[in-house]
Amino acid sequence: MNGARVEFRGLRRRFGSTVALDGLDLTVEPGELIALLGPSGCGKTTALRCLAGFEQPDEGEVLVDGADITRVPANRRDAGMVFQSYSLFPNLNARDNVAFGMRVRKVPAARRHARARELLELVGLPSVGDRYPHQLSGGQQQRVALARALALEPRVLLLDEPLSALDAKVRVSLREEIRRLQLSLGITTIFVTHDQEEALSMADRVAVLREGRLEQVADPATLYDRPATPFVAEFVGAMNHLPGLVSGDRVTVFGQTLPVEGPVPDAAPVDVLVRPEAVLVTPDGEGGGIVMVSSFRGSTARLRVRLGDGTEVLADVPGHDSVRFAPGTAVRVGLVERPVLVSARTEAHTEAGAAAAVPEPDVV
Amino acid sequence: MASLTPQVTPGTVPGAAPAPVSARPGRPRRPRVWRGVVLLLAGVYFLVPLIASFVFTVKAPGQGFSLDAYGRIFSTEGFGGSLLLSLGLGLATIVVVLLLTLPAAVAVRLGAPRLRPVLEVVCTLPLVVPPITFVAGISTVLRWGPDYLASTPFYQTIIALQNPGFPVVLVLAYVVLALPFAYRSLDAGLGAIDVRTLSEAARNLGASWPHVLLRVIIPNMRSAMASASFLTLALVLGEFTIARLLSFQTFPNWIYRISGSQAQVSVAVSVFSLLITWLLLLALSSAGARQRSGS
Repeated sequence: MNGARVEFRGLRRRFGSTVALDGLDLTVEPGELIALLGPSGCGKTTALRCLAGFEQPDEGEVLVDGADITRVPANRRDAGMVFQSYSLFPNLNARDNVAFGMRVRKVPAARRHARARELLELVGLPSVGDRYPHQLSGGQQQRVALARALALEPRVLLLDEPLSALDAKVRVSLREEIRRLQLSLGITTIFVTHDQEEALSMADRVAVLREGRLEQVADPATLYDRPATPFVAEFVGAMNHLPGLVSGDRVTVFGQTLPVEGPVPDAAPVDVLVRPEAVLVTPDGEGGGIVMVSSFRGSTARLRVRLGDGTEVLADVPGHDSVRFAPGTAVRVGLVERPVLVSARTEAHTEAGAAAAVPEPDVV
Repeated sequence: MASLTPQVTPGTVPGAAPAPVSARPGRPRRPRVWRGVVLLLAGVYFLVPLIASFVFTVKAPGQGFSLDAYGRIFSTEGFGGSLLLSLGLGLATIVVVLLLTLPAAVAVRLGAPRLRPVLEVVCTLPLVVPPITFVAGISTVLRWGPDYLASTPFYQTIIALQNPGFPVVLVLAYVVLALPFAYRSLDAGLGAIDVRTLSEAARNLGASWPHVLLRVIIPNMRSAMASASFLTLALVLGEFTIARLLSFQTFPNWIYRISGSQAQVSVAVSVFSLLITWLLLLALSSAGARQRSGS
């Protein structure tokens, strides 16, 4: 089973007055797992449905291995899909669900049963063949759905937020398993998600979409460390925008001088983009900063620190240190010594400090 | 889906069944009393006429107990013919109404959700129009067509529609009457499954649209279709106005006709047909229950 190359070319789709896809161009390499990431309504699911054949683009085309499949009906496409909602056929047991596609193609019963058993073993459920969907847990149902999608040995696997209905623990274990399977089968996989952690942890490359357009496509580390646009910076992880002054190829921020990564803007006052985990906080009565909010997340705690000049900074500290940074604690804020990204100063950013284009509900 | 599936609690009549179900667990004593009261009232309401009918059939004035009237049902002229006619009409109506409503309901759900209220209103209309108006319209249409059309296929079609052996016109009329019940049952059944996702999943696995309908949607709609069929059959077996005014010898019409000459037999037939209907209901609801436990 080898993966196919998938290309979206200038895909446009509009629903009434809302534009779901606004000229999406994206190429997925054979055997790659690409995550389509973005807020709801950014067109990621529409793109996937165009590839599956459930949606017709108004303009543009979808190519699989160079062949234009834009007008091919959904049942003649070579792509297995796992849906967000539970989609197993309630009247069939797990084995018959997995074998459904083979039955449509009139594979002899003995062979399709053997293959169904093999696939259920592959997804780690060798003993549920006789059970009906309502007798399976959510995670098991999605595993069976995955087996069903793989049964016809498709060259493209489409995952439409398959984990979003599951609880946190199952979600993590299942995503690791999907990745393991995908690597061993070498199948081109497109994974739609709004969960950045999911996207970063599973994908070879992540494509961030916004309002039907591609903002950036890059491997997870690049995406996180060198976001191409402010939107990506905000959407993938949290980002501080701190006031800084450029001189030469270095920038001065909070009294520290750090090397600039990437292009240096002409303007002297800039926004310095710093991840919360690159902000160092130490308790210091004379430090000039005060912890406003501390939200504990287990392994880390995220602090919102207000500085003397009114700037607010998000900072991550180890979870076990969080007791030292209760709200009201006076702290000193520094930055990790490493190259930083800068962008031309925007008025909004100077005012709001850590302005969040994407509101983060867990940071109060 | 379950709420529309006919369900029979042993020992009670269908109308009384929901009452005990609604009693809440957790507050043991008082609701149980009320449960009993409701059951008793409903039982009296439904059982007294039944018992009265039964007594009437087995006890002629001045004579002892005798099931003679029930024996005479089968020997009365016209019984078999009219019952078979009504059952035949019922089956034909069920087939036509399911063939019409199921694809329509599925298509509206998948393709044009905005048309759903329209379909709903259209399917409810027959409840609003009184049968007498309906039949007046039908007979006007049937009488339409002047004599000079007598030799044309159009006229022959109208004649064929009224063939007393199997009056197709009644099937057409009953299909209209059954629409509200059939559509409601099927719509509730479709609401209980995620039609869109299921059909997309099946399409994704290579199934053509007919395959999706036959292998995915219909198997998951079995109990809704059973309840639609049952309601339709019950309606056809009990429909009197239209058959009477168009003068076709259906089962209810036959009961009416013999009631003049053999009152006891006609009541016996009514009790008998009620029994048959209950048996059908039981069979259907247990089939539905089997399906629920099986899937």
